[in-house]
Amino acid sequence: MARRELPEINAGSMADIAFLLLIFFLVTTTMDVDSGLMRKLPPMEDEKPDKPPEVRERNVFVVLINKRNDLLVEGRPMVITELKEATKEFITNPRNKKNLSEKTSKVVPFFNKVDVSKGVVSLQNDRGTSYEKYVEVQNELMAAYNELRNDIAKSKFSRFYDECNEDQQNAIRKIYPLSISEAEPKNYGGK
Amino acid sequence: MSKFRKKGKGRTPGISTASLPDIVFMLLFFFMVSTTMREVELKVKVSMPEATEVKKIEKKSLVSYIYIGPPTSGYQAKYGTEPRIQLNDRMSGLRDIDQYITSEREQRDENEIPYMTTSLKVDRTVQMGIITDIKQELRKSDALKINYSSRKKVDL
Repeated sequence: MARRELPEINAGSMADIAFLLLIFFLVTTTMDVDSGLMRKLPPMEDEKPDKPPEVRERNVFVVLINKRNDLLVEGRPMVITELKEATKEFITNPRNKKNLSEKTSKVVPFFNKVDVSKGVVSLQNDRGTSYEKYVEVQNELMAAYNELRNDIAKSKFSRFYDECNEDQQNAIRKIYPLSISEAEPKNYGGK
Repeated sequence: MSKFRKKGKGRTPGISTASLPDIVFMLLFFFMVSTTMREVELKVKVSMPEATEVKKIEKKSLVSYIYIGPPTSGYQAKYGTEPRIQLNDRMSGLRDIDQYITSEREQRDENEIPYMTTSLKVDRTVQMGIITDIKQELRKSDALKINYSSRKKVDL
């Protein structure tokens, strides 16, 4: 029996082939993570309810954006950098001002009795508002809520809201419910 | 001559490249696993706005995308420069959204439908009018979970 030695295959070009594949995948794929602001739309109601839910005027925080991307908050112009603080003050109403949101006492797990704001943020925009501004405003409103939630999570559970477990997050969400309502589309002043 | 120089001929031995393929393959597999294929060809220009409070979308398989923006230069002759809606690979109108959502739903499991999200990938220059219309369409077809796609702003 003649046992012939098999000639070894030259693996020198293997690296080239692998590089080629690697470059192909690098070019054809995207690595961007999908991120964004999560929001929920209100369900469409076929018939108008008999009367709109009663919300007193002091409990509504009106944010308007016109087609020139200017902000009007509670009847006065505002720059976007002030919006977060104004929203926070409206919700918490630390000095119990008459024109800011009312509070009710509520029993929430972990917290016993706490004051929960009845405030609702109402956001209205024009058809001509730029999307960038709209997202910016949404972001500031979210930031206000997130900061409040983080504050209370830190003082109660000494960790961030995102790091709390499900029950704790639910409790915090009860204290600071994300209530941003968007008006049914309207046209302000035409084009 | 001195005793010490006898062994080598003064040349450094070549580095073995035998493990190079292994290293490259490792990289290759990393990229294959961590990336996703580009699914649609974008016909509209989408440069997303920035935000700080962004959340990552967790289940990508449950997301349907709506792209809104001005057509890219190659398509401007055909579609003009006004913002358009793109669903999958087609330029679409407002009326197609309902059908698109329905077809997306049919591809998913029934118990996954409540977790489906619609991601709006909108160019930052777009005006809100078209988006308001789309939101109304989505409400009509009961796709209430939406996501305003935006990039995480890096604080400097």
